[in-house]
Amino acid sequence: MALPLKYNFRNVIVRWRATLATILGIAMVVAVYVLVQALAVGLEKSASNTGDPRNVMIVRKGATAESSSQVSLAQLQTVRYWPQIAHDAQGVPFVSADVITLISQPRIDGRGEANVSVRGLTPIGLQLRPQVKLVTGRWFTPGKREVAISQKIARRFTSFHVGESFRTAGNTLTVVGEFDGSNSAFDSEIWMDADEARSLFDRQNYSSLLVRVTSPQAAQEIISRIEADKRLPLRAEAEVKYYGDQTATATPIRILGNFLATAMSIGAIFAAMNTMYASVGARTREIGTLRVLGFRRRSVLAGFIIEGALLAAIGGVLGCLLALPLHGYSTGTMSFNSFSETVFEFRITPWLAAKGIIFSVVVGIIGSLLPALRASRLPVIAALKSV
Amino acid sequence: MSETIVRIRELTKVYAQGEIQVTALDRITLDIAAGEFLALMGPSGSGKSTLLHIIAGVDRPTSGECLVQGVDVTKLNESQLADWRNQNVGFIFQTFNLIPVLTAAENVELPLLLTQLDRRQRRQQVETALEVVGLADRAKHLPRQLSGGQEQRVAIARALVTDPKLIVADEPTGNLDSHSAQEVLTALQSLRRDAGKTIIMVTHDPKAAAFGTRQIHLEKGELSA
Repeated sequence: MALPLKYNFRNVIVRWRATLATILGIAMVVAVYVLVQALAVGLEKSASNTGDPRNVMIVRKGATAESSSQVSLAQLQTVRYWPQIAHDAQGVPFVSADVITLISQPRIDGRGEANVSVRGLTPIGLQLRPQVKLVTGRWFTPGKREVAISQKIARRFTSFHVGESFRTAGNTLTVVGEFDGSNSAFDSEIWMDADEARSLFDRQNYSSLLVRVTSPQAAQEIISRIEADKRLPLRAEAEVKYYGDQTATATPIRILGNFLATAMSIGAIFAAMNTMYASVGARTREIGTLRVLGFRRRSVLAGFIIEGALLAAIGGVLGCLLALPLHGYSTGTMSFNSFSETVFEFRITPWLAAKGIIFSVVVGIIGSLLPALRASRLPVIAALKSV
Repeated sequence: MSETIVRIRELTKVYAQGEIQVTALDRITLDIAAGEFLALMGPSGSGKSTLLHIIAGVDRPTSGECLVQGVDVTKLNESQLADWRNQNVGFIFQTFNLIPVLTAAENVELPLLLTQLDRRQRRQQVETALEVVGLADRAKHLPRQLSGGQEQRVAIARALVTDPKLIVADEPTGNLDSHSAQEVLTALQSLRRDAGKTIIMVTHDPKAAAFGTRQIHLEKGELSA
C-alpha cells in the first residue's frame, strides 16, 4: 500500500522554502524546453499550412527549393496543356508559373538587413493559394511595379506598409496591399506580378510551376510522367509534400532545444536531488515511524519518488505558464532552404505542454531516486532514534 | 491463569561496535500474560528498549526465541514483519512520532491504510479511537496545534485503531509534564482494564511503573528481579 498522496503533497507545500528554488529551477528548464520546441512546432505548422492537396509543385530536377530552381517558358508551355490539369470557369488551365528571388532589405529594428523572398505570380497563382487573404489595400496590378506584402513581414522591415515604396534592383516598388497567409510559408513573402518580376530581376525563366490537378490520380500521373520523360529535367511532387520537406529548418532548432533542455536538466536533477536528500534527512524519524507502523520499504521508496515527481510537476506546470504568454508571438529566422527570412509563430500546443510536464516529472523522478533509496534503506531503529 | 501472549526463551542480542561486542540482552527468558500491563524498568543501556523492540518485531535477536501470540517473530522476513507489526502491535513513542503534515485523524488513520477497510469503515474506526482517548473534537487539528499530552493521546489512538492485542510504549511519559503523564498512564491503564489489551511499557519513572500490573527490572541485559 502506498503512502497517501496528501502526505507527499503537504510535505512539498510545508517545506516550500526549501522546495521553491527547485521548483523555479525546473520551471526555467521546462520554459526553455517548451519555447524552443514551440519554435520548431511553429515552423512545422507554417509548412503544413501551406500545401493544398489538390496542387502539384514542379521544380528543376535536383533543386531543393524554388529559389534554386528554373523552369523555362518552353517547359511551361509543354506542361500547361496536359489533360491532368484542371481549368477555371473560363477554361484557363490552373497553372501558375512563379518567379522566386531574394532581396535584401533593412529590418525595422535596426539590426541590419535580411533577405526576403519575392514571389512573382499570375492571378491564377492567387486562386491556387486560397488561404492567402488580402487584409489591407488591394492586390498588385499586372504590368505595374506594385507589390502586396505579408502583414507579418511588413512588421519586420522598413517601408513595407501600404502606401510606402522601396528600391530594389535599381527600381522602385510600391506597396499596394498587405495579406495574411494564415500562418503558412506565404507569410514570409512579398508578392508581385510574375512577368514584372522577371523583367525587374532580369530572369529569363520561371522558378517553379504550381498546377492544380483534376484528381489525386491525375496528380500521380503528372508526377510519373515528369519522372519518366527524360526531355523534361523537372521534378514534380505534391505541394503538401514539397512544403513538408521544407520543415528541415526546424530540425536544428529541435536539436538545439533538446541539447539545451538536456544540459539544463542535469542541473535541475541535482537541485531536485539536493532538495530530496534534505527532505529525507529532516524526516528520518518520520520514515522510521512509517516503517514501524507497517509501511514497507517499497512504499517509502515510492512515496519519496512520487514526492520528487510532484515537486517537479509543479515546476513543469509553472514552466508551461511562464512560456504561455509567447504563444502566438510572431518571430522570424533564416530558413536554411530558401536563405531568406522565414516568419512563424511560437505554437505551444497541448501536446507540447504535456511533453514539458512529462519532461519535468522525469527530471523529478531521476532526482529523487537516490534520496528515496536512502530513505527506504534506513534502519528502522536508527531512524526512530534520529533527532 | 491468563494465556501467555509473549513467550521469550534464551533471548540474546549482541551488538558489534567495531571490534568490541556489546551484549544488550543476555539469555533472557520471560513470559507475559495476556491482559498484563508490564513495566520494564532499568537504567540507560540495560537493554529494556532492545527487548521491547524485539518483542514488537522492530529488531532481531542474535539468538533465542520470541513468540508473540504463537508467532516466532525472529523467523519472519522483513516484509512479513512489516505486515505482522501492522496487524498485531500498537506503538507509542516517547516523542509521539506523529506525522506533522497530517491531522490527528489522518495520523490515526495511517495504520488502517494498510488494511482492507474501505474509507467509511476507516473513518468510523478513527472516530472511535479518538473518542476513546477523549480527542474527538481535535480530529482536524495538526500535531503542532495540540499540547504534548494531546499529541501522545493521538499516538495512543493510532496504536489502538487496528485493535491489536499488544501495545508497546517506549517511555510514553518521558516528554510530558506530570499532569499529562497522569492522563496518558490512566488512558493506558483503562485500555488494559476495559479493552483487555496487553501493554508493555519501558520507563525510568517508578511512578509511571506503578500503573503497571507487574514490574520487571533489567540490569546489563539480564533480568534482575
